[in-house]
Amino acid sequence: MSAIGIDDIEGLLGVALYEEVGEFPVEQGYVWTTCSSVENGNPLFWDPEVAEEVTGGPIAPPTMVSVWFRPHHWAPDRSTPGLPLQIHFDLKEGLGLPEAVMSDNTIVFHEPVRPGDLLRTSQILKSVSDEKTTKLGTGRFWVIDVEYHNQRGELVAVESYTGFGYRRAGTGEAS
Amino acid sequence: MTTPTLLQGQVTVGDTLPELAYPVTATTVVLGALAARDWRPMHHDKDFAVNRNGTRDIFLNTPNLASWFERYITDWTGPFGRLQRVTFRMKGSIFPGDTMVFRGAVTDTGVDDTGCGWAALEITVSVDGDTKTSCTARVALPVADDDNPWARKGDRWVP
Repeated sequence: MSAIGIDDIEGLLGVALYEEVGEFPVEQGYVWTTCSSVENGNPLFWDPEVAEEVTGGPIAPPTMVSVWFRPHHWAPDRSTPGLPLQIHFDLKEGLGLPEAVMSDNTIVFHEPVRPGDLLRTSQILKSVSDEKTTKLGTGRFWVIDVEYHNQRGELVAVESYTGFGYRRAGTGEAS
Repeated sequence: MTTPTLLQGQVTVGDTLPELAYPVTATTVVLGALAARDWRPMHHDKDFAVNRNGTRDIFLNTPNLASWFERYITDWTGPFGRLQRVTFRMKGSIFPGDTMVFRGAVTDTGVDDTGCGWAALEITVSVDGDTKTSCTARVALPVADDDNPWARKGDRWVP
């Protein structure tokens, strides 16, 4: 995919785009680094016996789901890092809306994510509004879902983002 | 044998979660950025944050803030609490030198059609009384000592 213009939108609604497999499997070390960064002492992540009893073995904190898709800062054979939420940037470009903000973000959790899982993700455009004017400027709201599945095809999480792409008030066409 | 510390039946609308105050340092921000694999410079390079982003310092990244909210919720529920959904609204940034304060209250509670107990929460993190991010969350809770929300799968898990 590249820039998404206004005529492309109808055909793209509800379609899974940018399917991507994580660069590495879900990893226990990152689970500990994350728990440590927020001083999360939940025994599910630190005590293998509790994890076995409660969750049938170790799991990763559910809110870490997007962490497994942030690209390495550098990798061989890659010139520019990939962008999470590529669809957001393609909409901005195709609709000529140079500025954008994300207003809210919802995550719904399904199957637990476990160390060793290799997740895959896809981005789904759910809606694009008519032009609206807010105090930021004139533009469109859009809702993007990011679905995460594990290697067994089970849904593990759905993230929804509401974005507003706009031209600043008082400016003409996007440059 | 691990048993639940908080059952759905023990939760009432209006209950408050214990407050959590945490003094944020540059180390907190950088640890959080690395943990979330967020390499963008405004989360570790003060010169970039001030001169390019126009903020007063480096600031906490959003995915790490999600980890803070999760910790705040599960400190209250114990390990049997299983997050169903969270929604974040970002209003302002949190910087080194800030003391961030998490507060939360129960806004609703019930048992769904599959028998899964849950509580809905409204949580804020604020600095000097200004809300920086608000979060609504729904967390599944056991309905009895021998119930475990983590054992639910497929159509018995309706988050």
